[in-house]
Amino acid sequence: MKDPVVAGAGVAASIAAPAERGRVSRLTRWLESEKLLATVLLVPGMAILLIFIAYPFVMALWYSLTSIRVGDPGEFVGIANFAKAWNDTVFQLAFKNTVFYTFWATVFKLALGMWLALLLNRSFRFKRIIRASMLLPFIIPTVLSAFAWRWMFDPTFSVMNWLLYHSGVITDRLPFLSDGDWALWCAVLVNTWRGMPFFAITLLAGLQTISPDLHEAAALDGANAWHRFWHVTWPLLLPVTLVVVVFSVIQTFSDFQLIYVLTGGGPANSTHLIATYAYQVGVASGLLGEGAALSLFMFPVLFGVVWFQLRFMKRMEGH
Amino acid sequence: MANVTIRNLNKNYENGFHAVKDVNLEIRDKEFMVLVGPSGCGKTTTLRMVAGLEEITSGDIMIGKDVVNDLPPMDRNIAMVFQNYALYPHKSVYQNMAFGLQMRKYPKDEIDKRVREAADILGIQPLLERKPRQLSGGQRQRVAVGRAIVRHPEVFLFDEPLSNLDAQLRVQMRVELKRLHERLETTAIYVTHDQVEAMTLGDRVVVMKDGWVQQVGEPLELYEKPANRFVAGFIGSPAMNFVEVTISDSGGALWADAAGLRLKVPPQMVERVRAHTGKRATLGMRPEALHLASGSDHADFCFDTAVDVVEPLGNEILINFRAGGAAMVTRVDPSVRVKAHQNVRVALDPGRVHFFDETSGAAI
Repeated sequence: MKDPVVAGAGVAASIAAPAERGRVSRLTRWLESEKLLATVLLVPGMAILLIFIAYPFVMALWYSLTSIRVGDPGEFVGIANFAKAWNDTVFQLAFKNTVFYTFWATVFKLALGMWLALLLNRSFRFKRIIRASMLLPFIIPTVLSAFAWRWMFDPTFSVMNWLLYHSGVITDRLPFLSDGDWALWCAVLVNTWRGMPFFAITLLAGLQTISPDLHEAAALDGANAWHRFWHVTWPLLLPVTLVVVVFSVIQTFSDFQLIYVLTGGGPANSTHLIATYAYQVGVASGLLGEGAALSLFMFPVLFGVVWFQLRFMKRMEGH
Repeated sequence: MANVTIRNLNKNYENGFHAVKDVNLEIRDKEFMVLVGPSGCGKTTTLRMVAGLEEITSGDIMIGKDVVNDLPPMDRNIAMVFQNYALYPHKSVYQNMAFGLQMRKYPKDEIDKRVREAADILGIQPLLERKPRQLSGGQRQRVAVGRAIVRHPEVFLFDEPLSNLDAQLRVQMRVELKRLHERLETTAIYVTHDQVEAMTLGDRVVVMKDGWVQQVGEPLELYEKPANRFVAGFIGSPAMNFVEVTISDSGGALWADAAGLRLKVPPQMVERVRAHTGKRATLGMRPEALHLASGSDHADFCFDTAVDVVEPLGNEILINFRAGGAAMVTRVDPSVRVKAHQNVRVALDPGRVHFFDETSGAAI
C-alpha cells in the first residue's frame, strides 16, 4: 500500500532543483505518512462537497419542514408541506411529466445514440471531423440551444410550421408549444437532440473496446449482422450502456434549464417538471419551505437510481 | 472434406499496399498446409481471404468445386482459430462451442452431443461451465479449437494459434494439433511465423515473403533443396551460413573464393556453377554441413579460422567463428572440446553445399 505514495514522493523530489532538495525531502518525508497525505488530498474536495452540496441539502431538508418564505423565517410545520404537495394537482402532473419526459427521452437517446455509435464505429471519409462535430449539441449551452428551439417552435414564427406548411405537408399550423401534450413531446425531442451525442460517444468508446476478432469469429460461426449485435455487441456493451443510462436518468429526471427556457412550465402549468415547479413555487413565488418540499420528492427516485448503479458496479467489479 | 484451390490471388489495400501477389496454391483434401514467413509477408491476409474476412482484389478461391470469392464467411463451411482465441467473454465454454451450431439451427440434442464429443477429444469437459476469463491460455486455446471442430467444417483455418502461449505449452499444443489433425482428417491451412512450427506440423509448407510465394514443398524438401537464398535462410535454426564468393576456374576445377577462404566446388555442382565462372555468388552451408576437420577430410574442402564463441547446448555444441568475411556457425557433437579463440580447421561436407545467384538469390 505504501509503494505508490513513496514512488510519487520520489518523483517530486527528483524533479526539484538541487537548492530546494533539502526542503523538498523534508516535505517528502512528511507526506510519506499515508494518513496525512490522504487528509491533505481529501480536504479540498470534501470542503466543496460540504459547502455546495451537503449544506444546501441539509438546509432544504430543514426548510421543507417549516413555513419559511422570503422575508419570513416561518415556523416548524412538520410534514405539512409534503402533504400539501402530495395533494397538489399541478405537482401530480409535474411528477407524471417528469417520469414521462425521463422515460421517453432516455429511450430515444439510447436507441438513437446506439445507432449513431454503430454508424460512427465504421470507417468512412472525414470520420474524425464527423465524430467531433456530432458533439456540438452537447457542448452548446443548453439555455442557448433551448432558445433556438423555442424560436423554431414559436407559434407565429416557427420555421418548422413554415416549412411543413409551404411544402404542403400540413394545412394548419401545428401547436408545438401551445398545447401541453405537444409541448412535452417537443421537450423530449430537444432533450434527445441534446443528450444523444453523449450516449453516442460513450457507446462508441465502449464499442471500440470490443475486439473485431469477436465479430469475425461470430461471422464465421454463422451469425448475421443482427445476431452479431445481439449476441456479441450488446452483451459486451451492457456495462457501459447501464452507466450512461443511469447518468442520463439522473440528469433528465432533475432537468430544469430546458423546460424553463422552452416552455417555462406552460401552457397553464401543463409541462412542469418537478424541478421547474419547485423553482416556481420556492423561488418565483417565494414559498421557500414548500419549494424545498417539492424538490425533495426527487430524492427517493434519484436515490433508488444511484443505489441500483452502485450495486451494479459492485457486481461488475466482482467479475 | 475438400481441397482448396487458390488461383492468381491478389490483395491490394486502398493505401496502395500490395499484400498478396499472384498466389497460386493447391491444398489437397485432408492436407495440413502451413503458410510461413516473416511478418508482413501476406500469409495472414491470404488466410483471411480464404475465410472471407478480407475481400479479394483479383483471383479465385475454390473450396471443393465451388468458387467462394463472393460467399460470406458463414457460407464457406470453414472454421477458424484466431491468434487471440476470440472467445466470447460473456459466454461459457459450452456456449462458446455451441454458438456456431445454434446459429445454424442444429437441434439441441445434436448440439449437446457434438459439444461434449469435442470437449472429450480436447479434454475440457470439466471446464464447460466456466467463462473464458477463468481459463488459462492453453485451456482457452483448446476451447477455440473446440469451437472450430464442433462444426465439422470442410476446412480448418489457423491464424498463429500458438503464438500467445509460452514456449513449453506451445510445444505440447503443437503435438496435440498434429494428433487432432490425424484424427479428424480435415483439410487445414495453418499460418505461423515460426519455422519450427511450420516444419513439424505441415504436410507441406508454403514459404512467403513480401506477398510472393517463395517455395512450396514438404518440410524436408524445403530444408534440403531451398529454391532460393531467402528460403534457405528462413528454414532451419541456426540459420544456414552464407558467404559471398567469387567463382573461378583454375587447374581444371572450379573454386569458390572469399577473403581467407578457398573451397572447391563439389563435383556434383560443377555443371550448374560453371555458368557463373568469374562472377560472384552466395555459398550456403548448413551448420551441420560443417565440422572440425580430421585427417580424413580433403584439404580442398577445409579452411582455417579461430573460434569466436562456443555455445554448449547439451545435446550439441554450436561453435561461432568468422570466415570469408561472414559470421558462421557449426553444430558439432557435445564431446568435442574447443575453447574461444582457439585456432581450428573447419571441414565442409561436399555433398551438402548450396550456391545461390548473387542478384536473384535463386538456387544454382
